[in-house]
Amino acid sequence: MTFLNYAPAPESTAILDLRPSYGLFIDGAFVDGHGAPLTTISPATEKPIAEIATADAHDVDLAVAAARRAYDTTWSRMSGADRGKYLFRIARLVQERARELAVAESLDNGKPIKETRDVDVPLVAAWFFYYAGWADKLDYAGLGPSPRSLGVAAQVIPWNFPLLMLAWKIAPALAAGNTVVLKSAESTPLTALLFAEILQQAELPDGVVNILSGAGDTGSLLVNHDDVDKVAFTGSTKVGREIARSTAGTGKKLTLELGGKGANIVFDDAPIDQAIEGIVTGIFFNQGQVCCAGSRLLVQENVHDEVVERLKERLRTLRVGDPLDKNTDVGAINSAAQLKRITELSAVGEDEGADRWSPECALPDAGFWFAPTIFTNVSTSHRIARDEIFGPVLSVLTFRTPDEAITKANNSPYGLSAGIWTDKGSRILAVADKLRAGVVWANTFNRFDPASPFGGYKESGYGREGGRHGLAAYLAPSRADATVRSTVPAVARTQAEPMAAPEPVVETTNEDTK
Amino acid sequence: MTIDTASAERAVAPAARAIEVVGGDLTEKSLRRYLEGIPGVDAVGLETRASALGTRSIKTTSKAWALDRIIELIDLTTLEGSDTPGKVRSLVAKALVPDAADPSTPRVAAVCVYGDMVPYAVEALGSAHAAGSHTGIQVAAVATAFPSGRASLAVKLADTKDAVAAGADEIDMVIDRGAFLSGRYGEVFDEIVAVKAACERDNGTFAHLKVILETGELNTYDNVRRASWLAILAGGDFIKTSTGKVSPAATLPTTLSMLEVVRDWHRLTGEKIGVKPAGGIRSSKDAIKHLVTVAETVGEDWLTPELFRFGASSLLNDVLLQRQKLRTGAYSGPAYVTVD
Repeated sequence: MTFLNYAPAPESTAILDLRPSYGLFIDGAFVDGHGAPLTTISPATEKPIAEIATADAHDVDLAVAAARRAYDTTWSRMSGADRGKYLFRIARLVQERARELAVAESLDNGKPIKETRDVDVPLVAAWFFYYAGWADKLDYAGLGPSPRSLGVAAQVIPWNFPLLMLAWKIAPALAAGNTVVLKSAESTPLTALLFAEILQQAELPDGVVNILSGAGDTGSLLVNHDDVDKVAFTGSTKVGREIARSTAGTGKKLTLELGGKGANIVFDDAPIDQAIEGIVTGIFFNQGQVCCAGSRLLVQENVHDEVVERLKERLRTLRVGDPLDKNTDVGAINSAAQLKRITELSAVGEDEGADRWSPECALPDAGFWFAPTIFTNVSTSHRIARDEIFGPVLSVLTFRTPDEAITKANNSPYGLSAGIWTDKGSRILAVADKLRAGVVWANTFNRFDPASPFGGYKESGYGREGGRHGLAAYLAPSRADATVRSTVPAVARTQAEPMAAPEPVVETTNEDTK
Repeated sequence: MTIDTASAERAVAPAARAIEVVGGDLTEKSLRRYLEGIPGVDAVGLETRASALGTRSIKTTSKAWALDRIIELIDLTTLEGSDTPGKVRSLVAKALVPDAADPSTPRVAAVCVYGDMVPYAVEALGSAHAAGSHTGIQVAAVATAFPSGRASLAVKLADTKDAVAAGADEIDMVIDRGAFLSGRYGEVFDEIVAVKAACERDNGTFAHLKVILETGELNTYDNVRRASWLAILAGGDFIKTSTGKVSPAATLPTTLSMLEVVRDWHRLTGEKIGVKPAGGIRSSKDAIKHLVTVAETVGEDWLTPELFRFGASSLLNDVLLQRQKLRTGAYSGPAYVTVD
């Protein structure tokens, strides 16, 4: 036998107690939706999981009205300490039901169980714990004494980290005293609905969080609803732009977390074995369906061949297959549409003359699968070096000097993430200082922590999520103190703190806040 | 301050591997330059990778195979001041028949004892002694003033020669960590070369040389990596983590780091070097994590006694308990495996 063909180690789905159909979660209860119901499937098998009600305009009205009512009567009047208690309770319930959530997420999204178990769900709990702690300390959020909440937050989240994006959105909103109407992604509604059950378990007051399922039109109804004070969106730059346009001038505060084409820069003195791991984590984590993925590898020319050779060897040990198997490294692509996009862009890469390589790996017949792929001989003008592929496809480019690395890394309409691999601390600081990316990782990649702000430059969006800065997206200075913001010019602030997120400014235009 | 060029230019022993890789005129300086040119290790990244490998889920048939293979890779060890011929005979008996209740249990790779206990181990093994062949149980002897290595070179060489003459198939030597940490790489190198020479038997064959780095005293992964290269360049057949007398002994990140060196050496020269984590691996679970790390770093080819060993004493019984559990479906208990 060969040991490396590990015997199957599937995580049991017995822990799941799914209903055949789910309604909308409005005002603390599951209710029927009036949109055309959708069937959510497992992308690994294309088998249906459950029927999910979707929201039409009337349902959106009901949800926003419930959120408004809860804001006016309960949540905005509650002390921060009490809001914190609910958030702590939610965090603990997430931990208690961690395995169940992890299995559901793998099933519905297609990502490997080891990621949902070891990354997604623990981070969800961490996010709630972190912001629970902030709920009674908002005076120290950097907006002066007694900042006020905004009101009703409309939140629209993507399918790549369904539950984690929900936590990124809901935790700070609730800690700051807002109520929420959240729309989950069309292809991954399941865990948001399990989360709604957790909210019932936590006895969160009715209407504080409302969860709708549906496609883009539902999201559009929600963000354009008149009675919404705040819009938070994570998703594509195209949709982000539409939202920025439609909310402009409405007074709604907006944060956008959009696409990216992250540069992962490997210098010749990098700790080579760890850099290889970082490249793999950067682009194959969650099948590359990560907005901050390190999808452009910039390697110093004198180590290019060695890095590529080692990388190929490492990719041969990646295990592609059943997301619920505990040894799976790379799972299924989330949807047929996404698979089509990845396939098309990869074909373009070949047409443009880049060299395509994938390790030998057998892909299952049913479901949506794409083998880990790297392109070498990629030029900055190639589409695979510019467009966000949002899949397990890495474009390898080279550079000769740090200046060239910085120029090439910044040569993108996006500016969400970047990575630097070098043994030299001074170089990390010098290069990070010049990268136009919201997140710069040094000798690591795709690491997340609730205390660390996350967000983009340029077409990657504006506003920050996570950390103290993430609170600012859901707060305004108290009225008496409203002049505080203008005392320090924006330019001075960003120069003093180049790595930090923007301070709270009114983010209702789609200009780069930096 | 004057630069001591004389000692930097001091020639070191002309070991074949080093000449091939570093270049013809081997000096303290050229050796140092080579070792310091090796890419660094990022400790956080290394430990993250090791813990990720540790989450592999090895079940059913894979687990059964792994448990048997772990037994076949064990250097069953007793290294106590209180060792006696009787204790060594008992250890050998356990090595021959690890589980009296299950004759299908494989035998361990070797018994590992102090040099003066080698004759008793050889005698107790009788016809089961490998004696230079690949079948049967090897006798490994720790040498060179184990575990501290604080003795003159003459004493270390005599220690080694004694053990080889008494029938040891493998010599587990310790490097001079003091010399290594103070940057006298040439001295460490020369000593390994000399011990390797002392491993020669009368008939011209050599006892296998395992070089113990004592990673717990080297302290950083950069040092571990450098010492691994040094030991291989000087002619070691195996690189071994620890004596088991210093804590921390073998850890998964340390073993991973050494396996990466072995992989790189193989890529560079086509030659296969063995790795032996020793000390601190007490459970089947830990041992399986090591197997996974070997298989996914250097490849499955390394999962043979010629290229990978566990230096352990209490690991064997835990593996036997796990084997019994797989066979019967129920956990027994420490009373159902023998103490040696």
